[in-house]
Amino acid sequence: MTFQPSDVERYAKLARLALSEEEKARFARELSSVLEYVGQIQKVDTSGITEYETVVPLPPAWREDVVEPSLSVEEALANAPDRKDNFFKVPRVL
Amino acid sequence: MEYESVIGLEVHAQLDTAAKIFCGCSTEFGAEGNSQTCPICLGMPGVLPVLNKRAVELALRSILAVGGQVQPKSIFARKNYFYPDLPKGYQISQYERPLGTGGSVTVHLDGLAKRVGITRIHLEEDAGKSFHPEGRAIEYSLVDVNRCGVPLIEIVSEPEIRSPEEAYAYLVALKQILQYTEVSRADMEKGKLRCDANVSVRPKGQKEFGTKTELKNMNSFRAVQKALEVEIARQIKIIDSGGKVVQETLLWDEDRQAVAPMRAKEFSDDYRYFPEPDLLPLEVSMDWLESVRKGLPELPEARRRRFIEVFSLSDYDASLLTSERAIADYYETAVGLYPNPKMVANWINVEVFRFLKEKKIFIDDLKVPAAELAALLKKLDSSSLSNTMAKEVLAAMVETGKTVEAVVAQKGLVQESDEAVLDGWVREVISAFPKQRESYKAGKKQLLGFFVGETVKKSGGKANPKLVSTLVKKHLGE
Repeated sequence: MTFQPSDVERYAKLARLALSEEEKARFARELSSVLEYVGQIQKVDTSGITEYETVVPLPPAWREDVVEPSLSVEEALANAPDRKDNFFKVPRVL
Repeated sequence: MEYESVIGLEVHAQLDTAAKIFCGCSTEFGAEGNSQTCPICLGMPGVLPVLNKRAVELALRSILAVGGQVQPKSIFARKNYFYPDLPKGYQISQYERPLGTGGSVTVHLDGLAKRVGITRIHLEEDAGKSFHPEGRAIEYSLVDVNRCGVPLIEIVSEPEIRSPEEAYAYLVALKQILQYTEVSRADMEKGKLRCDANVSVRPKGQKEFGTKTELKNMNSFRAVQKALEVEIARQIKIIDSGGKVVQETLLWDEDRQAVAPMRAKEFSDDYRYFPEPDLLPLEVSMDWLESVRKGLPELPEARRRRFIEVFSLSDYDASLLTSERAIADYYETAVGLYPNPKMVANWINVEVFRFLKEKKIFIDDLKVPAAELAALLKKLDSSSLSNTMAKEVLAAMVETGKTVEAVVAQKGLVQESDEAVLDGWVREVISAFPKQRESYKAGKKQLLGFFVGETVKKSGGKANPKLVSTLVKKHLGE
């Protein structure tokens, strides 16, 4: 699989990234070569091997349904670029 | 041309947990803005989600309750999109391998039962809430993250619903199941249940589906029904005039009672799902599943059928009594103490329901416990209270929370059965209505009820109607 500049453009748009034409061409080239490299794995014969998601078997990690203290409103909003009263203030979305 | 509509519903129900699905923040409704957040649900870098076991258990219950299959291994996935109410930039959901598949919900409509298939039930987290203050000059929206990470199940139906009324009935039945099993409060007003609809139309008899649209932003079950009606009419009009339905997402506008296309830039449908690397696959052991199965209560449909069989109730009475688990429990407790199923059903379905409606309360909040209703009906049955008096006593009990005995004693409400006293009232009534007396004597026997009624009225509801009836007959020469 190879990346075309148009693919890069699409993913850049979904990721809210503004790229120049030059960058689109360069990333298409670089991403294609990354894919090609990783693609070598596809050549390994995996027939007869059970599917597994983790290399190390791990016990499930659970959280009990217990309420723990939350941050204060001030702490929650401390990193917000902008706020109004108790809320995060963002450019209008509707 | 005659058309048939094809409807599938996606319902999001909030699981009734105390804490969020991946962190310990409270899920309490109505808290101060952004007061229930932490680094995990705020999407701070480097944090890890840890799954709330109770949320999984409730999701398992819902799957078993609709007769679906629990997958021994399911996978969480990231759904990627940008929106201010989603701080992480992705929602943790399930995609290719959901927790539950299959099952069905039995829907009752016009006396007919129909099964609507369930495609899947999966776990996911809720997003936050954004507000858009009114006003032309206002160029901002506000975001509250409290809802972020609240556990949800999404229940996707098969496209087997054929009319807006059926969609409504499906939602009622589903809500009932979720409430019975205590999976969710399923309260649409508090956002604990939300519903999107997919709808298309096709000429009757055609097998292939038409082009569908997706409806969002309905705030009640009735709004879902209405939005579907409006959208079906719109699609038919387009096709009839030679046009083509465009596949798109439409927003229901409750004020205008109309649908309008969602602006394309608001959402992208390219979510680039991929397996959530921060969570292990969700494995459900047979033992766990068995213990959840054992904890399932009797479901509404089974209970309704049992009420019809065991208590010989009508379909109508049984449906009303099983509409909520707490009401069905109340009924069974009362019948256990006063085994007259039909009479208890009537009193609950008419009198008790009236109070619940009037006071806008649930049966749990009613000040009259089931045992006291049973005691009241026993008194009525033994003729120590008349029907009118019993209603008056119940009303007082609802207001004050006092026992039957206390209310009866306080009001001096004892049914008058002394023949001498009754006889006096009957005589007075008969002489007050000479015309009716003559008609009765001339053969108009149905006037008996009239004389009894007048006598009971005269006594202030105290007269024992059975004895009055005997006395009236005696005086009028029978």
